[in-house]
Amino acid sequence: MAVFSRGFGARRRESDPELPPGQYLTEDFPVLSAGPTPRIDTADWSFSITTESGAVTTWSWDELMALPIEDVHTDIHCVTRWSKLGTSWRGVSLDTLFADIDTSDAYTMIESYGGYTTNVPLEDLQGGKAWIAFEFDGEPLDPEHGGPARLLVPHLYFWKSAKWVHGIRMHSDDDPGFWEQNGYNMYGDPWKEQRYW
Amino acid sequence: MAIVAGWLVGTVARAMRVTPQGRVLILDVPEWPGNLAGQHLDLRLTAEDGYQAVRSYSIASFGDGHSVELAVDELPDGEVSPYLVQDVEPGDMLEVRGPLGNFFVWRDSQTEPVQLIAGGSGIVPLVSIARAHRAAASTAKFRMLYSVRAPEDAYYASELEGLVDDSFALDWVYTRTAPVGFARTAGRITRADIEASTLPVADNPLVYVCGPTGFVEAVARILVDLGHPAERIKTERFGGS
Repeated sequence: MAVFSRGFGARRRESDPELPPGQYLTEDFPVLSAGPTPRIDTADWSFSITTESGAVTTWSWDELMALPIEDVHTDIHCVTRWSKLGTSWRGVSLDTLFADIDTSDAYTMIESYGGYTTNVPLEDLQGGKAWIAFEFDGEPLDPEHGGPARLLVPHLYFWKSAKWVHGIRMHSDDDPGFWEQNGYNMYGDPWKEQRYW
Repeated sequence: MAIVAGWLVGTVARAMRVTPQGRVLILDVPEWPGNLAGQHLDLRLTAEDGYQAVRSYSIASFGDGHSVELAVDELPDGEVSPYLVQDVEPGDMLEVRGPLGNFFVWRDSQTEPVQLIAGGSGIVPLVSIARAHRAAASTAKFRMLYSVRAPEDAYYASELEGLVDDSFALDWVYTRTAPVGFARTAGRITRADIEASTLPVADNPLVYVCGPTGFVEAVARILVDLGHPAERIKTERFGGS
């Protein structure tokens, strides 16, 4: 049972059933990053998937752009408690990128330019649930929001949607990534409020 | 300190207006497990009809004990910060959860030079770190650069001035109004400011930057351009409502 805070509630915001517990709506696009924003030219950009056999499959920027591109309309939820509803993205589905990847590992480590990592089970990247996104609201993705490209896995808290994404490494175990080693939950379901350890 | 417990009841012990937009709150949280310098917490308010709101705040205090200090800037369209800055009074109750975050922290076992760079109320976790440095009588070389709109907007100004000694230097940037006689013209922080008033790359400092997103983006970019390795720059940003 919570304690009551005397006189609180006069400035309350309307509750919204589309918001997961403990989240509030924002019209801004706040930023959560642990370090400086890397600046990566698309000419130098690449994305690769590395499997347990050591096989590496790599896409250049132009090769990524030649793949089927999907429009994604989704809500996003940050562990720092803001949510944005109905955001618009464009990107390439991870289903497309994993189509010819041969792996029996069940977990992945997402790796970013700048050294950031985050762990996501493979099944959460497949089945129309995750993309490599490079456009937000009709514009190229800003560097501070992860441009030129970030992972978009919006059914999990947004730290899982790694900015400046550079590759995915298959893991047999669910090993913790950067924020997961620094206090955040291994999985991060916003509807279950899986924020912290 | 790693395990985050559930919600802990806290009572406002003191509430002090310290800037035109902000207050320092001292909370008494009997079950608080203590916190590292630089960590934050979640704060939950519950209205009498059960409506709740939660926000994250950096902690200005550190170490053991059940006294938890916050400094809260009022956001014009906020629902939690105006309550904390205008309404809450000693004796009122709320809940906290934490401490949170194990990355933007300083431990007194660290001996390397440290540069702290704050924008506005981004000073809070850096005050915590500066206090921990002093309390440990650390001889690690510290330097702080604090950017504020005007002198009256600075949190902890006199306390920070009082920390200045052989191992702690303090520099100011005023973005709108500088004190009379201050050498630097008021304006946003520049590359020249950072070159002149922070530890050089040659010292290989660990740099902590905290403030609004635009401030942190600008400062971190300048630091990288000056040659600081990205992995030596820790950032904490706040933005949005």
